[in-house]
Amino acid sequence: MAKITFITSDDEKITLEGTSGSVMALAVENNVKGIDGDCGGVCSCATCHVHVAAEDIQKTGEASEIELDMLELDDNTNEYSRLCCQLEITDALDGIVLQVAK
Amino acid sequence: MKKNCVVIGASHAGVSLAFYLRKEGWEDNIILFDSDPELPYHRPPLSKAYLTSSDDIQKIRLRSAESYKAENIELRLGVTVKKIDRANKSIVLTDNSRQNYDKLVIASGARPIIPPISGIETAKNIFPIRTAANITDIRNALSFSKTKKVVIIGGGYIGLETAASLKKLGASVTVLEREKRILARVTAPEMSNYFQELHSKNNVEVLTAKNVISISYKNNQNIISCEDNTQYNADIIIVGVGIYVNKELAEDASIICNNGISVDETTKTNDSNIYAIGDCSFHYNPHYNRHIRLESVQNAIDQAKVAAASICDKETEYNTVPWFWSDQYDVKLQMVGLSQGYNQIVLRKESGEGTYGDSFSVWYFNDDTLLAVDAVNNAKAYVIGTKFIKTNQKVNREKLADSETILKPVNLID
Ligand SMILES: Cc1cc2nc3c(=O)[nH]c(=O)nc-3n(C[C@H](O)[C@H](O)[C@H](O)COP(=O)(O)OP(=O)(O)OC[C@H]3O[C@@H](n4cnc5c(N)ncnc54)[C@H](O)[C@@H]3O)c2cc1C
Ligand code: FES
Repeated sequence: MAKITFITSDDEKITLEGTSGSVMALAVENNVKGIDGDCGGVCSCATCHVHVAAEDIQKTGEASEIELDMLELDDNTNEYSRLCCQLEITDALDGIVLQVAK
Repeated sequence: MKKNCVVIGASHAGVSLAFYLRKEGWEDNIILFDSDPELPYHRPPLSKAYLTSSDDIQKIRLRSAESYKAENIELRLGVTVKKIDRANKSIVLTDNSRQNYDKLVIASGARPIIPPISGIETAKNIFPIRTAANITDIRNALSFSKTKKVVIIGGGYIGLETAASLKKLGASVTVLEREKRILARVTAPEMSNYFQELHSKNNVEVLTAKNVISISYKNNQNIISCEDNTQYNADIIIVGVGIYVNKELAEDASIICNNGISVDETTKTNDSNIYAIGDCSFHYNPHYNRHIRLESVQNAIDQAKVAAASICDKETEYNTVPWFWSDQYDVKLQMVGLSQGYNQIVLRKESGEGTYGDSFSVWYFNDDTLLAVDAVNNAKAYVIGTKFIKTNQKVNREKLADSETILKPVNLID
């Protein structure tokens, strides 16, 4: 079980609880604005871009090469960027704060 | 009184439209109809990861049942629309009941072609791949099959993905393609060759120039006969030879149709209260300056955005560069742009042995205009291609072709 907080582009704060599946799926099921997940989570669309809060970055592990490449589709990518369909929900993510990319 | 936005078809296009309407501020009713009884689901995994899993269809649903409720979106599943009555601004259901609309969105997509092959109606265990029910049937048939012999008619993306998935499930798979090469309509010969080799490496038999002319059923086996007098046995037959557009409702209502339901740049038909989006829409693409119909999730979702904005009286225009993906075995293919009309290609290999290596891309040009990129295990090429196509960037083709040039935008521009 992990508590995950999304901050949307209009500064709405949404905290959700998940047990399994991807962070993208959790966000889409709960209509988190700005996370579309168009490709269904196969790292093909980059519509699930989030910035991980700096203090939480060690919770997520490394992004794969294809994820890093796909992130380049967006202009406002930085070192905290992740495609959240590639983040599996586990206890390790508990308390994480994700800023939805613009 | 509240207005009704009625949607025919609750799949990628229809469902996206409903949620975008709420985002755009539509506060009135939204009612979606779909013949399929299942909660709407993602179609791409049907031939890919979902087919090889034992997951329930819930696992790949587009949204949870609660999210429709939370947004006050009414889903009428297992209900078929049989007529559009424009004069009375209503649709007629198969039980003859009616639903009035103020705005109507046709998101009826497409259905698989079952080709008129002699004997096809008496073949056993023959399935298309379009719905959740098709996958349940295929999984069942495979679990009851002793020989697990599968013949797939059609070597397009869906046929090839299904071949890879069924192979993974332990089937022995033969693909019969009518054209001289697989993926003939959609990619360059280089890509066809690559996928031909990939399947052969994985022990899937992919045969081209095989025109299936009849199917018979004898001794508990389907016998598939081709024009060149060859025959293939199969327990299970999958047909993946393309689709028919679901445009009959529109045609019967005198809505202008072409290769799909004709719409303007705001996805509106010739009736200003009726829109058509997704696989069923025949639309103008400004980037390529021509009318097209696309079968892709990208198109379904992006047109849904445009229709939602237009219904809410916002200024909008459909103008996107199409993209698509396909997963076979552990190979990831990503495509951007429309390659039709190319007169030159550049094959760029990143690394590894042979013509293609482990990662490569095919760049399609018309003279010096970049039209499209097909990238295999090469998201970098896909991303750079996307940016170049969108900005009409000129590319130095010699540098591009040279594997020594590091794949970075600055290195590919003159
Ligand atoms: C196996 C498979 C794999 C695919 N893989 C990919 C991929 O990797 N990438 C990609 O981008 N695209 C892929 N596609 C294509 C993609 O799924 C389609 O482009 C997309 O589903 C189009 O969405 P749509 O909503 O326009 O139409 P559809 O998904 O066809 O939905 C139309 C809906 O309308 C309903 N309907 C039709 N007529 C009526 C009626 N009269 N009354 C009530 N309901 C009606 C149908 O039941 C259906 O649910 C794949 C498709 C398939 C089948
Ligand atoms: S959902 Fe498509 S890349 Fe994450």
